[in-house]
Amino acid sequence: MPDIKTAALLLLMTLPLSAQAQDAEQRGLEIARAARAYDHGFTDFTANMIMTLKNKAGKTSSRLIRIRTLEVEGDGDKSLSIFDEPADVKGTAMLTYAHGLEPDDQWLYLPALKRIKRISSRNKSGPFMGSTFAFEDLGSQEIEKYTYNYLRDEPCGDWTCHVIEHFPAYEHSGYTRLIVWMDTEAFRIVRSEYYDRKKALLKTLTAGDFEQFLGHYWRPASMNMENHQTGKSTLLEWTDYQFKTGLGERDFRSQSLKRIK
Amino acid sequence: MRLLVVWLGLSLISFSGFAEFSGNVALEAISFSQAAKFENQFDHNTTLSFQPKWDGEWNDGDDLWGMELFMRADDRDSEREHADVRELLWLHLDGDNEWRVGVNTMFWGVTESLHLVDVINQIDGVEGIDGEDKLGQPMLHLKRYQDWGVLDFLVLPGFRERTFRGEEGRPRLPLVVDTDQAEYESSAGQQHIDYALRFSQTYNDLDLGVSWFSGTSRDPLLLPGSDGDGEAVLIPFYEQMTQIGVDAQLIYLDWIWRLELIHREAESSDRDAFVFGFEYTFFGVFDSVSDIGAIAEFSHDNRPEELRGVYDRDLFLGARFALNDAQSTEILAGFLVDVEKQSRSFRIEASRRVGQSWKATLELQTFAGIDDNDPLIAFEDDDYLLLDMAYYF
Repeated sequence: MPDIKTAALLLLMTLPLSAQAQDAEQRGLEIARAARAYDHGFTDFTANMIMTLKNKAGKTSSRLIRIRTLEVEGDGDKSLSIFDEPADVKGTAMLTYAHGLEPDDQWLYLPALKRIKRISSRNKSGPFMGSTFAFEDLGSQEIEKYTYNYLRDEPCGDWTCHVIEHFPAYEHSGYTRLIVWMDTEAFRIVRSEYYDRKKALLKTLTAGDFEQFLGHYWRPASMNMENHQTGKSTLLEWTDYQFKTGLGERDFRSQSLKRIK
Repeated sequence: MRLLVVWLGLSLISFSGFAEFSGNVALEAISFSQAAKFENQFDHNTTLSFQPKWDGEWNDGDDLWGMELFMRADDRDSEREHADVRELLWLHLDGDNEWRVGVNTMFWGVTESLHLVDVINQIDGVEGIDGEDKLGQPMLHLKRYQDWGVLDFLVLPGFRERTFRGEEGRPRLPLVVDTDQAEYESSAGQQHIDYALRFSQTYNDLDLGVSWFSGTSRDPLLLPGSDGDGEAVLIPFYEQMTQIGVDAQLIYLDWIWRLELIHREAESSDRDAFVFGFEYTFFGVFDSVSDIGAIAEFSHDNRPEELRGVYDRDLFLGARFALNDAQSTEILAGFLVDVEKQSRSFRIEASRRVGQSWKATLELQTFAGIDDNDPLIAFEDDDYLLLDMAYYF
């Protein structure tokens, strides 16, 4: 289906726009496609995530979450988040089937009630576990989720970055615009700026300590999301990344949530 | 004290490397605002509960085991001082089959105010009055995944009797339930083997479940009788029943529509009942990151009036506030009104994490204008405030 959407997008782009704007959009889309193609074929991965929330006064609280993700051909990824800390949510598990522009399918297992609940996931702009990351910031990044506008190339640390504007195509996004700095060699996102519905700068994501896996796939070991409007920030520290672990559809069934360890 | 000894004992059992230990210890304080309706009932009470849990796996995760215990120490209500095995389970994964042998607690259904379809586990009636606490049920359970749906086959040996609060317990029924005199329709009594089946499947935004149960009803009839001292008591009578249930949930935009429907056949009376309603979520209210869910559910029961429970022609209106903050603050407010008898009850449950390992829960319950024919009449003077402080490890 993405092919039809892409075709429609290309068709739209033949409408009389200024040649320069058209070039910038085309260039942005091509880079997004190249980035997606570069990351394609990771099959699956597992990782541990330590999430440290920091409020305006500098007070911190932490969460420990295990992540399992399965790449799905022709659709968004399937992913499972298993909560180990704080202790009161230990055993809670969240399963997401991402679907590009369609709302995701999402289930939550609540161990205290032994209950698996299908939850409404149309709105992805809400905070994930009280952090400064929204659900949509952590979700599977499909090409059709945005339209693009290439701005420029510029140095970013040791690398050179493409600077690209992303305009959310998802109706219920909490953002009007993102500016993304992505390195030109391996499409590593080192920085993203998020602009809210009032077009004001809301958050900045800074990623670092990139590691390469299977000699190809790059993942940041740290991601810090700072909310400029509330003064809160959240640091994600990723450890124990493993790729191609042999996970299958069977490991991402909603009714299996109860037995996830 | 007793709990502490048990806790120390259990902690010393070291399944090093083979099990993960977790759980919680909670102190619960309850206070009633009105004078007690029955003699000997308390106005204030403080109790302690302990819920340890062990989990482990072997064979690359194809075999898992789990144990979860629950204990409560209660100096005032000797019936509420109890212990239960909520789970003691071996789980074996074999391709598209999941085998479970042992004691387990499970949940079927979708609605918020009432659970009609959920009939596998007995209610732990000495815990909350909402019936959300359940006793572990011995079972042999096969879950089989097919392309066209998930099938659950259950064989349930060993019946669990419902627990009821004792004479000093509050709130409680007008007469003490003498569980020692429990009677059964089946001559096999507690040894009767029950069976259940369930089919469930997700069709895009629709989740559907169809279930069947045959065996000893978890809901006893309470018959008048007397105890050894000649005092009037209620005697639980457990009938045989067959129940067919349907549960469905549909997600449409920010709406979630829910339905549970049952047909039950038993000697005393057949029963057709349903609960139907919706939850609508307002995301990011008042320019914040908080969400508010508005819940409305209507329940109906066609049994003769004297046999119906609380939810016979009742409308439940609720509001769920999720602050989505670092402390996971949540508030659920619910208002239940009997549209025929006008009986009303109101409850607020609020919870919030304190520090990294504590959780505080506040529960406020009130009753108003309870009709004499409503089973809630026993609780009319039992407005209460409950505070629960739990430490999780």
